[in-house]
Amino acid sequence: MALLEVEDLCTVFHTEDGVVHAVDGVSFQVEAGKILGIVGESGCGKSVTAMSVMRLIPDPPGRIESGRVLWKGRDLLAVDADEMPQIRGREIAMIFQDPMTSLNPVFTIGKQLGEVLDRRFDLRGAAADERMVEVLGHVGIADAEQRLSQYPHELSGGMKQRIMIAMALMCRPDLLIADEPTTALDVTVQAQILHLMKQLQQEFGTAIVLITHDMGVVAETCDDVVVMYAGKVVESCGVFELFVAPRHPYTRGLLDSILRPGRSKATPVPTIEGVVPSLLQPPAGCRFADRCARAVAQCHQDEPLLATVSDKHLVACHLPLEVPPS
Amino acid sequence: MKAAALVEVRNLRKHYPVRGGVFGRQRDTVRAVEDVSFLLHAGETLGLVGESGCGKSTLGRTMMRLEEPTSGDVLFEGRNLASASAAELFTLRRDVQMIFQDPYSSLNPRITIGEAVREPLDIHRLGSAADRRARVDELFEAVGLSPTVQERYPHEFSGGQRQRVGIARGLALRPRVIVADEPVSALDVSVQGQVLNLLVQLQRDLGLTYLFISHDLSVVEYLSDRVAVMYLGRIVEIGKRTSIFAAPAHPYTRALLESVPIADPRKRRDRVPLQGETPSAVHPPSGCAFHPRCPLAVAVCRGEVPALESVRTDGDDGHLTACHRHDEI
Repeated sequence: MALLEVEDLCTVFHTEDGVVHAVDGVSFQVEAGKILGIVGESGCGKSVTAMSVMRLIPDPPGRIESGRVLWKGRDLLAVDADEMPQIRGREIAMIFQDPMTSLNPVFTIGKQLGEVLDRRFDLRGAAADERMVEVLGHVGIADAEQRLSQYPHELSGGMKQRIMIAMALMCRPDLLIADEPTTALDVTVQAQILHLMKQLQQEFGTAIVLITHDMGVVAETCDDVVVMYAGKVVESCGVFELFVAPRHPYTRGLLDSILRPGRSKATPVPTIEGVVPSLLQPPAGCRFADRCARAVAQCHQDEPLLATVSDKHLVACHLPLEVPPS
Repeated sequence: MKAAALVEVRNLRKHYPVRGGVFGRQRDTVRAVEDVSFLLHAGETLGLVGESGCGKSTLGRTMMRLEEPTSGDVLFEGRNLASASAAELFTLRRDVQMIFQDPYSSLNPRITIGEAVREPLDIHRLGSAADRRARVDELFEAVGLSPTVQERYPHEFSGGQRQRVGIARGLALRPRVIVADEPVSALDVSVQGQVLNLLVQLQRDLGLTYLFISHDLSVVEYLSDRVAVMYLGRIVEIGKRTSIFAAPAHPYTRALLESVPIADPRKRRDRVPLQGETPSAVHPPSGCAFHPRCPLAVAVCRGEVPALESVRTDGDDGHLTACHRHDEI
């Protein structure tokens, strides 16, 4: 059984212009101890999906309309709202692109970590200090005692993200949801943080949902991948299969537009022409059809459903790409 | 290639005072750009790459005199931007223009995009009203926007379209040099490709020279003819794009290239990432500023600032690096 199973999730936002269908029938699974990447461009619904799983969608204007989020077999969308804080943090932790949104600027790092230990584990004093130094050691912070007396603004972006990961891991969650955790960081620091996340997965068996727009990050970090486009899952499979034999034309387009080493301006970058459709009034049929070179009449009329094309490989396309000869 | 340089930057420095205390006295100095020299040849793209805080944006802004240089020269065909009077600068700006990262904040939300593109023509009083209108139409077409959308406001456009407006505005005065500061960094990958293709096409059609500032190594590799790598205010390596990416000579350049994730799971590496983070430009490390993070550092690296030297011993191909140990590695 999967650790987390999201089924047919629909989340909308009520705006002045109408109802935005940000997440529209999204389904995927996270296996225990695995890293699942959710990849897509801005506005595809990847962050809203994560926030819906955590039940952190501000209502109003947002609303989870339907679907199930099965956490170890239990539907999180059906549990009491006051039970959620127990699950968040203790069982499922989340980190964000900007660590400042989650760290309080007026308290020291030690005070903030200590509060978590106090509230959740009744741990105070020397025992708490010892645990904090241990956890900071796990995330690669050597001079932990000094860091504990510092305020968030005294730390670099990479250091703050390490603190966030430390805080997330203190409760030994079974799942860590990381929303663009390295997007604001320099490339050398990004490499450190991704390395750290993989280490933690291997050491503690923590499953990770990694939300990113960067196919390079996906290729280097994830076991399984979900590709989203305009509020829908268009493809999901293992990471090797996705890069070697993508079946959805959008995935193919994303992979082709990556600037790979050795490319020069002598040849133009392949691009996906056109723009993402409005989620206020999404088109009938496939949402990618207007930008798809393969689209036929059916693609503009019938919505393609996510269907199995081979073992653990799902695609939502009427005319999936052929598997390239190996 | 010994073509005459269109722009020559000589020993450029930009220091900022750090003030503090009750009387706001100067307490320290941020050495954002420290003794930078390089040439920009006509028709080429020089990519300027480095991580946040390395001084690459400050270098671009100081070259443009958007920041006052602390010392040094920026020569455009012999005329010095660094010491030009306000009137001289006004004329020089017709030849050297800048494009910015954020098409959201660099466009005034209260004026139409047509007015935004026409504004430089108005300021410089170029041509009649009819000439300016025709020029704006021409610019819209050149960047792939329909001239019929001129009456609209910036918020009605996507990030990629706004960046096209920013490019059209930058081109209005027919400049010969464009300093582009992270122009595609805020864009999604599929849109980023469209803007890169446009920049390449404009360079070919108009014979433009680019200084392209970016933190993104893959974008820099794609667009550049030559590349300069900055670390803590200094250029640590410069050379042809192919030399820098195929045979980096500075340990920092190598670490930077190794940090870039490769979009192919079959090429996964079990690498140990470069440790530490960029130190502060207020108190940069002694000697080579990279020495505290460098796996190859020895005593001389802590004591002396390395000079930019030719990497090759069998003839100068313009590949320079500032590393005491480059000939050993």
